[in-house]
Amino acid sequence: MNAHSKPDLRELSYAEAIREAMDIALTNDPSVILMGEDIGVYGGAFQVTGDLVDKHGTDRVMDTPISELGGAGVAVGAALTGLKPIFEFQFSDFAALAMEQIVNQAAKVRYMLGGSVSVPLVMRFPAGSGTGAAAQHSQSIEAWLGHVPGLKVVQPSTPEDAKGLLLAALEDPDPVMIFEHKILYKMKGHVPEGHYTTPIGKAAIRRDGKDVSIVATSLMVHKAMQAAEQLEADGIDAEVIDLRTVRPMDRDTVLSSVRKTGRMICVYEGVKTLGVGAEISAMVAESDAFDYLDAPIIRLGGAECPIPYNPELEKAAVPQMPDILAAARDVVKGRV
Amino acid sequence: MPDTIQDTNLPYAIRAYSPERLREALKKMYLVRKFEEGAEDSYMRGLIHGTMHLSIGQEASSIGSTMALTDEDKITSTHRGHGHCVGKGADLSKMFAEFFGKESGYCRGRGGSMHIADPSKGNLGANGIVGGGLPIAVGAALSAKRLGTGAVTVCFFGDGANNEGAFHEALNMAAVWKLPVVFVCENNKYGMSTSTERSTAVKNIAERAAAYNMPGVTVDGNDFSAVTEAVDAAVERARNGEGPSLVENLTYRWRGHSKSDRNRYRTKEEINEWMGRDPIPAMAKLLMDHQIVTEDDVAAIEAEANQIIADAIEFATQGEDPKMDEVTRDVYTPESAA
Repeated sequence: MNAHSKPDLRELSYAEAIREAMDIALTNDPSVILMGEDIGVYGGAFQVTGDLVDKHGTDRVMDTPISELGGAGVAVGAALTGLKPIFEFQFSDFAALAMEQIVNQAAKVRYMLGGSVSVPLVMRFPAGSGTGAAAQHSQSIEAWLGHVPGLKVVQPSTPEDAKGLLLAALEDPDPVMIFEHKILYKMKGHVPEGHYTTPIGKAAIRRDGKDVSIVATSLMVHKAMQAAEQLEADGIDAEVIDLRTVRPMDRDTVLSSVRKTGRMICVYEGVKTLGVGAEISAMVAESDAFDYLDAPIIRLGGAECPIPYNPELEKAAVPQMPDILAAARDVVKGRV
Repeated sequence: MPDTIQDTNLPYAIRAYSPERLREALKKMYLVRKFEEGAEDSYMRGLIHGTMHLSIGQEASSIGSTMALTDEDKITSTHRGHGHCVGKGADLSKMFAEFFGKESGYCRGRGGSMHIADPSKGNLGANGIVGGGLPIAVGAALSAKRLGTGAVTVCFFGDGANNEGAFHEALNMAAVWKLPVVFVCENNKYGMSTSTERSTAVKNIAERAAAYNMPGVTVDGNDFSAVTEAVDAAVERARNGEGPSLVENLTYRWRGHSKSDRNRYRTKEEINEWMGRDPIPAMAKLLMDHQIVTEDDVAAIEAEANQIIADAIEFATQGEDPKMDEVTRDVYTPESAA
């Protein structure tokens, strides 16, 4: 896969970009530590931490026992008392084991204590389907955490943003949850050298267009871009918005786009019902942008089932490029 | 830090602490008692709403376990945490103001009884989730070790929390990483209504320490000196880099679990028996027996505590209510708020 990059610029994979961000953070800030299962000599289940332990040592690149709840809580306690932990879940699904600490503690403690503390905690979640790992290693749970005030939730779709959002998360005094799509780890793209941040809460327009706004997250951004290229042959000019942040959502970018195109498709991998697309749709429906709509909003989300094992079933359980194509043709040609 | 007197025939607390510290400890025990009685009374009179978990009868455990701590040391506390706050030096007026839901309370009225915290004094907060503070305490100890602050964390939890998965995960990690944390289990015999006999496979919770290769000791949690002796040794061990310990303070809450409790799971006789083992007169007697206070001093300390509580209630009553348009303030840190 290619991240629409310029060939003369330095390229890294999405995983390498994340590793570079963590390396910069560990080098520049002695309070940063990495915690997670098998992130040391093993290099992480997806080789994201890689060899960082060799450079920074086991005190700063800490293997935890297989204790997601306890490990997450240790990270919360450390963040409350002077460290800046980056906590890696081996798979985002395992966050279910740690929801107590994420939702009841990390997210709420500042509020419960009347603002007397902050929790500068970063959590990384390898997410999404497409690896044949079936139902307990493949889901997309960003909407669960996006529902929790006190958390910020981001979903980088490019190597550049993967690095920039992680460095932004580290500068943020509040807990930031980063959902990294496993299928993107090997994707290459341009990544600037050195330290830079990508703003949390800002969407990116990946392709300008005038006929339909496709608001997509994570891996779906790339499927939407492929669909947009094909739609061009049909004379349909699609605008592709990479939402990048689920909470807080970039209202202005989405609403401006909808006012311009008059049509919207939301594409996201999490289960369709009560998902990210529901919020985007409601945001439009509750605003003046609603008056600009020439057609109903379409949501393309995950099927109402766990992620299945069989590769064809697995594909059928999440939106695919042809689904976006068909939806765009329908919505532009008034067939909805 | 204990200032040791070399006479091993004396009770530990008398040897370890100055008369001034011991008088302060007795005062704090009275303050916990009077605070909770005052809270209960205010609740009955409709001045405060919600619920509360009273630790009346457990004052030797909360105050004794915090004797060896400085403001740099941390604690994590529980839903039954008023005593821990007082032990760690909380201002009673701000505690009452929090109960009354006032802007002048510790949490500006956002937390209530279950979330009183004072990070400036190392109190990381009570916790509404049973076992919620256990891994957080381990994290605080990890910070102390990594940042080299020398701070020790005392992690309070109840007998109920010892059956949470968080207990296992937290104690195991603390031991594997040899962190400066003391796990203080206040075993008051019941997790809400369910007795430890019905919920816990070992007789003494301290036995579980063996599974984490750390020292575990069970003491009479109503005996101030016994509590300090055990907890101070564990704090010292943590401070010396020798790792975590588990101390189990056997105690009893006189009141129900919370306001909904009808006390159908325990007998009047049992409650009366424990009320006969009131830790506060026992502490006063200990100090009188060793000529640290007179009976008149005790009466004066109690009167002083009563006055502090009366003033605190007055402060709370006069406090301003939070502004309704600030309901979402403090969800995020201002610079980053979206």
